[in-house]
Amino acid sequence: MTWSAIRSHGLSYLIVGPFAIVLAFPFYWMVTTALKTNGDLYNLANVPFKFTTTKGDPEGHSPTLRHISFIFHQTHYVRWLENTVFVGALVVVITLVLALPAGYALARLSGRLGQSVGVGIFLTYLVPPTLLFLPLSRVISKLGLEDRLWSLVLVYPSFTVPFSVWLLMGFFRTIPLELEDAAMMDGCSRLTALWRVIFPISLPGILTVVIFTFSLCVNDFVYAISFISISSNRTLSVGVPTDLIRGDVFFWQSLMAATLIPSILLALLYNSFLNRFIEGFTGGAFR
Amino acid sequence: MLIGPAVLFIVLLVGVPLGLAVYLSLTNATAGSLTGHWVGFHNFVDVWNTPNFRTALKNTIVFTLASQALVVVGAAILAHALLRPFRGRWFLRFLIVLPWAAPVALSTIGFLWIFDSQFSVLNWTLVHDLLPGGGHFYLYKPVNWLLGGIDHLPFVHAGKVDPLNPPQWLGQETLAKLSIILVQAWRILPFATVIFLAGLSSIPAEVEDAARMDGATGLRKFWHVTLPLQLPIAVVALLFGIVFTATDMTVVYVLTNGGPFNSTQVLTTWAYQTGIVSSSLGEGAAVSLYLLPVLAVIAILMLRFARKVEVS
Repeated sequence: MTWSAIRSHGLSYLIVGPFAIVLAFPFYWMVTTALKTNGDLYNLANVPFKFTTTKGDPEGHSPTLRHISFIFHQTHYVRWLENTVFVGALVVVITLVLALPAGYALARLSGRLGQSVGVGIFLTYLVPPTLLFLPLSRVISKLGLEDRLWSLVLVYPSFTVPFSVWLLMGFFRTIPLELEDAAMMDGCSRLTALWRVIFPISLPGILTVVIFTFSLCVNDFVYAISFISISSNRTLSVGVPTDLIRGDVFFWQSLMAATLIPSILLALLYNSFLNRFIEGFTGGAFR
Repeated sequence: MLIGPAVLFIVLLVGVPLGLAVYLSLTNATAGSLTGHWVGFHNFVDVWNTPNFRTALKNTIVFTLASQALVVVGAAILAHALLRPFRGRWFLRFLIVLPWAAPVALSTIGFLWIFDSQFSVLNWTLVHDLLPGGGHFYLYKPVNWLLGGIDHLPFVHAGKVDPLNPPQWLGQETLAKLSIILVQAWRILPFATVIFLAGLSSIPAEVEDAARMDGATGLRKFWHVTLPLQLPIAVVALLFGIVFTATDMTVVYVLTNGGPFNSTQVLTTWAYQTGIVSSSLGEGAAVSLYLLPVLAVIAILMLRFARKVEVS
């Protein structure tokens, strides 16, 4: 390695390092907290960054897994996980059914109409849930869906579909038209050509939509808190901040464990599909 | 025909509720009903005249601008540093993307604990001796020295860190606002960085080479070549950041719930408070609709910049 290479890489570390520490610190802190005993956590004489076991601590050795097992056995946590997965999975299916054909058609539709419909769909992504939750909460109760997970299944596609259509549109545009022409020449109908030829090559794009639809559902807070008030019907994003905190009593270790588990899983998924996601915001728009 | 279902769905679940929000804001509807008496712009005027609304409006603007200023500066630096490959880049990128991937409501709980009134890890770090074996290095001393410097500026009353009575991050008005701004910046920064990075790496190598041939280096190259090419995409990232922050309710709701004494309310939490908690549906809708002009301006800007990128 030449001197200039070392110098420039060193600079990269010097800049990226501190940012990474600041951005990731809360998660490091969550892990440490989640594993501590009460005697360790609530003793101001202990150094907070490491584990200290006090003699005679009724909870025994620190670090401990007891607070993590608490959320699985003594709270609705598993139920919230199931609810979140249930809603997420159904919304993913609905989103694909609506967004795949629309994205494809918009990609192939040339001219002013296609463009303005595309832009229109994109603009609806800018209309935030915080603007719509009040009227929608009335609509949901009129439909008799109050406190039921189906209310979320119905409403979430309103923000997942616009984004997915936009992302898929950019993706389908990269697939050459000749490919489906060739398939149709071989006697496929347009739909079979879509199903047999186009969708299989688009699998990475479709997978990206699946992941981001799912994570948008996990992320929602506004709708989940205004539509559902029964604890056992809540999703993770609302259940953890509202029900794991009882009045002013905080079970910090369990809270931290409860927030870590979904966060890390989503982060791993995100990181593997990051580049495609960026296209949803930039590439798709400006191709 | 293929677009039909998606468009219909979006119209039903975005268009109709939006219309309904406008309608509700013009009536005196309360919880339990979808209709009310027509009151014209009464709600908008009424809402405007409450002090809490004014605070919420001001906070929305301040929180959004301050956090996005931090984000733009941070993302620009970080994106440049991440551009060239180096060992461990994947792992560092993973750490950097974490805040954005984690569900907002959950990561904000992490900050609730970091800013805890008694066991705040920030305060511990500020007031404890950080060198092992009695090295007497206390972080609050340099911080106080800096704050003392800031105090000489006009209009700023920074105060000092008292090691015996460390800051109450969420219990004191200014600090609570600062905390919210920091959390918002923390969660948007990864998103902006990633988009900036995409913009930077889309600049063709030939352009860079040509610029170097013409003798442009360092700051000059940045100013005349990189910046103009990257500006449109950076603006798009910024506009998204503004939308995400201004329309977010989660951070404030979880972190301070508008407190202390409603001093950190934003438009969204105030709309929730009025519309759902106090059941004044019409007024709540009016509060949230004050966001609409901002969003409309952003939408127009976004389209203009999108076209600009297309042309170039």
